[in-house]
Amino acid sequence: MKSKYDVLIIGGGPAGALAGKTAAEKGLSACIVEKRPAIGAPVRCAEGIGQEALHEFIEPDPRWISAEMHGAGIVAPDGFLMKLESDMAGSKVGYVLDRKFFDRELVWKAAEAGADVAVKSRAAAPIMENGVLKGAKIEYCGKVTDVKADVVIAADGVESKFSKWCGIDTTVPVREIMSSVQYVMADVDIDEHSTIFYLGNEVAPEGYLWIFPKGHRTANVGIGISGKKSGQGHRAKDYLDKFVKKTFPNGKTIEYIPGGVSVCRPLSCTVADNLLITGDAARVVDPLTGGGIYNAMYTGKLAAEVAADCISKGDTSKKALMTYDKTWRASKMGKAIERNYHIKEYLIKQPDAKLNEIIHSVSKMNLKEFSTISLIKEIIKVNPKLMLELGALAASLR
Amino acid sequence: MLKVHRDICGYCGCCVSVCPEGALELIDAYLSVEPNCTSCGICAKVCPLGALEVINEK
Repeated sequence: MKSKYDVLIIGGGPAGALAGKTAAEKGLSACIVEKRPAIGAPVRCAEGIGQEALHEFIEPDPRWISAEMHGAGIVAPDGFLMKLESDMAGSKVGYVLDRKFFDRELVWKAAEAGADVAVKSRAAAPIMENGVLKGAKIEYCGKVTDVKADVVIAADGVESKFSKWCGIDTTVPVREIMSSVQYVMADVDIDEHSTIFYLGNEVAPEGYLWIFPKGHRTANVGIGISGKKSGQGHRAKDYLDKFVKKTFPNGKTIEYIPGGVSVCRPLSCTVADNLLITGDAARVVDPLTGGGIYNAMYTGKLAAEVAADCISKGDTSKKALMTYDKTWRASKMGKAIERNYHIKEYLIKQPDAKLNEIIHSVSKMNLKEFSTISLIKEIIKVNPKLMLELGALAASLR
Repeated sequence: MLKVHRDICGYCGCCVSVCPEGALELIDAYLSVEPNCTSCGICAKVCPLGALEVINEK
């Protein structure tokens, strides 16, 4: 690690890796610092990603694809299963990744492009000079060194602290944190090519429970519930244990994964002087699905592109870096977050009876485009009165 | 004060994201609690595992 870089990236997840790779490819000196001793571990993720979303950044490789998905199912609170399939039968619609190896691959690509990587290296504080961010104090094995940078990219995940130290309020509202637990389970009876989502206030209040296949008789079985609904005796783990006991009594848990997923709106501003905030740290998770891998890679890459442009022009002020904030908000991803936020807000208010009614209205759906938005549009087609209930949101769904 | 049950904590950082004071920090496999913690209990509520507890001082 050197004492000065063009770009210093805090965090070695998908956002940080794409930022590092892109910065290096643009000819900048860049360093990714990861506080954990290993890239990719421990996993804090259900590991699902859509087919097109993944392909936009990297070609799938069997070394880090756990399973290919051909369809999905949604289980209503009363147990009724709605099946979702691509209208091209048997075609791939998404993947369940092996994040330990996927994240390593992304960071390897950043290193190959020329970025430095430092593990077990934690950003302990920002370096401020006359109130302006100039880098970060990096702690490695008990020793703190100053690492200066023209631009710092915060990619430090849901537990992000860096932006907060720079004066930005990143606090997630209690009702908008998904308090989550997941077990990687072996020896379970599952459909190995279909993700299943369970909805309902008894199963997962203001959230959902998932089964994401990871290969032969193996799956990520997890749950996220609203922080508002969490408390002693009724935590995410309590709900998951109840489900597992009933559904997979003979399954073996081979990995235990707690986590938090934000489903709030993104930060109101994701830049400051010499600072860009990306991925989970920017709260750009899809508020409806809780998916964040694509959004992290997208914002990580964009942040480095904007940083490169601003550095070349010699102006990395907040005003100059605002291009990043404006671009992602206007992007397909930014618009999807805003729209899905409203859909989430509508859905979490519905009683189980209403969710049953909606899910029963379609027993099997063949989707041309396999995405949450096409699912919502199809549901509205068969439940036209939902349009009225969705109010102002309806226009964006036509 | 806030007690971290370290035998239960899964060091996931869920609590860090909701702390309004910025008093929690996840340092790899160790959750640190800074002196500016107000024992508001928000973190204890959202913890997916029940690893945090506000203990009333007498």
